[in-house]
Amino acid sequence: MARRLIPVALLLVAAAGCAPADEQAPAPAATGLTNCSKDQLTTKTPGKLTIGTDDPAYEPWFKDNKPDNGQGFESAVAYAVAGKLGYGPADVKWIRVTFNNAIAPGPKDFDIDINQFSITDERKQAVDFSGPYYLVRQTVIALKSSKIAGATSVSALQGAKLGAQVGTTSYQAITDLVKPTAKPAVYNSNDDAKKALQNGQIDGLVVDLPTAFYMTAAEIKDSVIVGQLPQVGVPEQFGIVLDKGSALTGCITQAVDQLRSAGTLSSLEKEWLAQAAGARELT
Amino acid sequence: MSGQVSPAQLDRIRYRRRQTVISVLIAAASTFVVGVLLVVGVTGAPGWDRVRESFLDPSVAWDALPDIAEGLWLNIRLLFFCAIGSLALGLLVALLRTLRGPVFFPVRALATGYTYTFRGLPLIIVLYVLTLGVPGLRLRGMPSVLVLGGIALVITYSGYLAEVFRAGIESVHPSQLAAARSLGLTYRQTMRHVVLPQAVRRVAPPLLNDTVALQKDVGLVSLAGPIDAVRAAQIHTAETFNYTPYIVAGALFVLLAIPLIAVTDWVTLRAARRQS
Repeated sequence: MARRLIPVALLLVAAAGCAPADEQAPAPAATGLTNCSKDQLTTKTPGKLTIGTDDPAYEPWFKDNKPDNGQGFESAVAYAVAGKLGYGPADVKWIRVTFNNAIAPGPKDFDIDINQFSITDERKQAVDFSGPYYLVRQTVIALKSSKIAGATSVSALQGAKLGAQVGTTSYQAITDLVKPTAKPAVYNSNDDAKKALQNGQIDGLVVDLPTAFYMTAAEIKDSVIVGQLPQVGVPEQFGIVLDKGSALTGCITQAVDQLRSAGTLSSLEKEWLAQAAGARELT
Repeated sequence: MSGQVSPAQLDRIRYRRRQTVISVLIAAASTFVVGVLLVVGVTGAPGWDRVRESFLDPSVAWDALPDIAEGLWLNIRLLFFCAIGSLALGLLVALLRTLRGPVFFPVRALATGYTYTFRGLPLIIVLYVLTLGVPGLRLRGMPSVLVLGGIALVITYSGYLAEVFRAGIESVHPSQLAAARSLGLTYRQTMRHVVLPQAVRRVAPPLLNDTVALQKDVGLVSLAGPIDAVRAAQIHTAETFNYTPYIVAGALFVLLAIPLIAVTDWVTLRAARRQS
């Protein structure tokens, strides 16, 4: 089943990489990276790239808990990075590593690990990070019954009572981007804010996208993601994890940086987060 | 009295005046010395520059001031209504608790239970239940978070105030009640004209004291969403990584408390003069 899907996934990845003409950099050559081709890299298994992620791997980062199907944002990013280094889909080997083990110091079973790791200074003490492949966006969630559940633009949120946790980028997104007419409600924790949303005391709650997926899927009944807000403040960054001092870090970072400047990352983000996962962009 | 003052009295007046001047001078000098020691002690500390930057930055203070002042206005309005509400409810509960006669036992028991419960229950829990729990019932015509938070404050503080009132009521000597009743006043009239005026006057200082305490606690409604002065300071602190906004909020709170505290002192002084 999974095998049959790989070519499809690749097609999708390829299509995503080329589709928007305006974001397309001059055709990236497979040899765009210096000293970073498959035969020059020392990986766990020669000729193969071993990629780790957690079990289960959640949507929309992966699909159906099958990282090797190329579907879901992080799976697609992983295959795109592998492709940049010259590893075909058949050369990618997935293994399961729990989140905490992946960032613990000590020997690693993977070459790279992709699992929504935020890049932090504390973690950098124990592991290497690639350049960021995703900048965390702020997202509005609401109850299905809320008057803003169907909003498609930032301006449609201005008449709403919005809430956020104190001292967060989410609060900054309300005051700097949305600028609602009603004073925002500010809570000590997202738990308090969730309660207020469930009670209907606020029309919408602003949280970061990963939290929004979790809240709407698992925590708040009958809630939806209204949409993603434009980038604001200093966003949290997701990076690919490598062993501390790994020989691959430089190459992986180059690959990620090229995918970003070529617009591949943002089209994958649109495809798997905005469209497939229903977190549309509010403009 | 004529304007004649004996030379001995004049001497006494002069002596007293001189003593006053000397003691004022001594007080000033000692205050100055203590002040200098404090300033030198604090500013001479090795970390003083760092503390001054993160707690006493004038530009950060100026930027945060409008938002904090706006938050403080919320505190002031809440304080006004909650003070009136809890004084009224407190007095009512105290009166219910002091009702005589077996027929009133359930009322007394309820009032006693009330003071036990709400003095024991942490305010923050009452606030959570009322501001985030009660709206969960999704009843029609649910009041705003501010009103619900105000109710939480009123029911908590009236528990304390009821006990203060009760202490005042019970401090009026039973002979006065007996005298009033023998004059033909009903129980209600006795309370209204004899007991309560004395009781309230006697407990005015602790009542005002609790009101000053309430002033600081009204801001706790911010946990349900509204932005009060301290919350506004917290938001600015989170944005600037500088704690000066808290100092600004603190200073405003003290300024707000000074009139109340002054009234408390004045009432206490007046009560003391009347009794002596």
